[in-house]
Amino acid sequence: MPPAETRQQAAIPAQPAVAGAPAVAAVPQSVGVGTSTPTDVAGLGRLRAVGFVAPALVLIGVFLVFPALWTLYIGVTNYRLTGVAARTPDVVGLDNYRRALSDPTFYRSLWITLLFVFGSAVIGQNGLGFVFAWGLRGARPWVRRLAEAFVLLAWILPASVVAFLWVALLERDGGTLNELLGRTPGVPWLVEYPLLSIVVFNIWRGTAFSMMLYSAALSAVPPSHLETARLAGSSAAQTLRDVVLPHIRRYALTNTLLITLWTFNDFSPYLLTAGGPNHRSETTPVYIYNTAIVGGQMGYSGAISLLVLLINLLLALVYLRAARTSRRLSGG
Amino acid sequence: MNNGDGARLASTVVRRIFFYVLVGLGTAFFALPLLWLLSAAFDDTPTYAVGLPQHFSLSSFAEIGRNPYALRSLLNSTLLALGTMAIVVAAAALAAYALSRARVPGRDGLLYALLLLSSVVTGTAAMVPIFLLIFQLGLIDSNVGVVLVLSGGLLPAAIFLLKDFIDTIPPSYEESARVFGASPLQILRHIVVPVARPGLATIAVWTVVQVWGSFLTPFILLRDPDKQPAAVLVRTFYTEGGSPNLKLIAAFSLLYSIPVVLMYLFAWSRYGFRFHGGIKS
Repeated sequence: MPPAETRQQAAIPAQPAVAGAPAVAAVPQSVGVGTSTPTDVAGLGRLRAVGFVAPALVLIGVFLVFPALWTLYIGVTNYRLTGVAARTPDVVGLDNYRRALSDPTFYRSLWITLLFVFGSAVIGQNGLGFVFAWGLRGARPWVRRLAEAFVLLAWILPASVVAFLWVALLERDGGTLNELLGRTPGVPWLVEYPLLSIVVFNIWRGTAFSMMLYSAALSAVPPSHLETARLAGSSAAQTLRDVVLPHIRRYALTNTLLITLWTFNDFSPYLLTAGGPNHRSETTPVYIYNTAIVGGQMGYSGAISLLVLLINLLLALVYLRAARTSRRLSGG
Repeated sequence: MNNGDGARLASTVVRRIFFYVLVGLGTAFFALPLLWLLSAAFDDTPTYAVGLPQHFSLSSFAEIGRNPYALRSLLNSTLLALGTMAIVVAAAALAAYALSRARVPGRDGLLYALLLLSSVVTGTAAMVPIFLLIFQLGLIDSNVGVVLVLSGGLLPAAIFLLKDFIDTIPPSYEESARVFGASPLQILRHIVVPVARPGLATIAVWTVVQVWGSFLTPFILLRDPDKQPAAVLVRTFYTEGGSPNLKLIAAFSLLYSIPVVLMYLFAWSRYGFRFHGGIKS
């Protein structure tokens, strides 16, 4: 069972979402129940209990489950937003899937997404989050609080606002970064390095979650172990590897899976570059938006959405498994 | 011997300095973009670059009143947030209570399914079917459509968090109330709701924050600028010349961000620790 602090933080999902706000973050204390036996102390009775659950289930059913299942059907039609196919879409079988598999723009979006997720979440947020957690561990309280406040602010402010802050930072003429570098005329970062820009942006945006998770995990490392390592004269690297890593390995795994899932579904790159220039920062979510809502090709983007749903399902199942295993191992 | 100690001390000092430099640089990286939000709104003529205001002025805030949609969009954000909050808190509280206390058939499977759903069916993955569903229901450009979609998306997590909270409340209060002849609804109103108030408040604040910042759903479902919330409208703040209206963006962004920060501070200071750390070990 993770320390209280992790659980508290983890319960506030990082990705503001339409659809699913990830409750997965709350797994450890909630799945594999068994701890609480339902006793019906208020005398609800089965009928009333079902009535209590019904309104929530209807909403979830209509606006979450049905859309997910409907994607299966949309993906095999030539549904469009305008024209004849808007009124009477035809079933076209696997045409959309064939088209997706032979569409270089789609492949490119997958590749860009992979780089985006790997660079910004798996390496960036994970690494920087750990460095902050480790580095701030022994820092003076005010240093720690100040540093954490900025990291947290980046995480909680609305996406539209932080996106503009980054547009201002990276602007060619008079943007802060170019001013600092003394470049006139400045570098149009979002145009010349669009993928790198959204990767750095997302590291900035999401490191808070990893930082909080690792600082909670680190506080669970027994100080006596660290002291022993210090007395034995082990280097920082050795201490990290032999004393710290065994304690935080499980957190690292679940953290990586969670931030991978969130980053994979992140739409905020759109707010910075809208996928451009020339598709160079078009992650799969942005590609779906551009083909579906802008291009009106609902059938085709439905097929691609199904792929995203399946990847999400895979990641979530692996995550739940990992969370359960770590629960069992730690006896919680 | 002495030499060894000296070397160790030196390496400790070097390591300390290294970490402080690293933490300093890291903090600067996080602070730099944020400083614009703090400074630009108070500058008479804001630029893209971060800096102390050249001519301190509050005139940017007057720009908000001059834009025909800006204030309206803050009201829209508020309505969306409160509407979603009402639905999510009410429906999640009922469901969570029943799932925590009564024998609902297939409960564990249901919880597992909720957990999966909330992370698998994300806004981006369900963008296409949700847009079509709302389109077919004739709810494009309607706040009701946005509230329903957001509620459906937030409910699984809300139920989860609330059930967890209610699990920590000892059932003995309810038992004794029942012994004294209270009806189930009386027990709910007079025992469960007061005791669960921190949990309900946390879910309420959490929902408001989620909706306040949410971009994608209102972005695809609302076209009429009169109906758009702040998250969507802020992207339309351009001058007639086609460049971003920095005065308006700076002041509006600050005004739009403050409630989020306040709500987080409120939730963390008031309920944060009790919510998850409390009774349950």
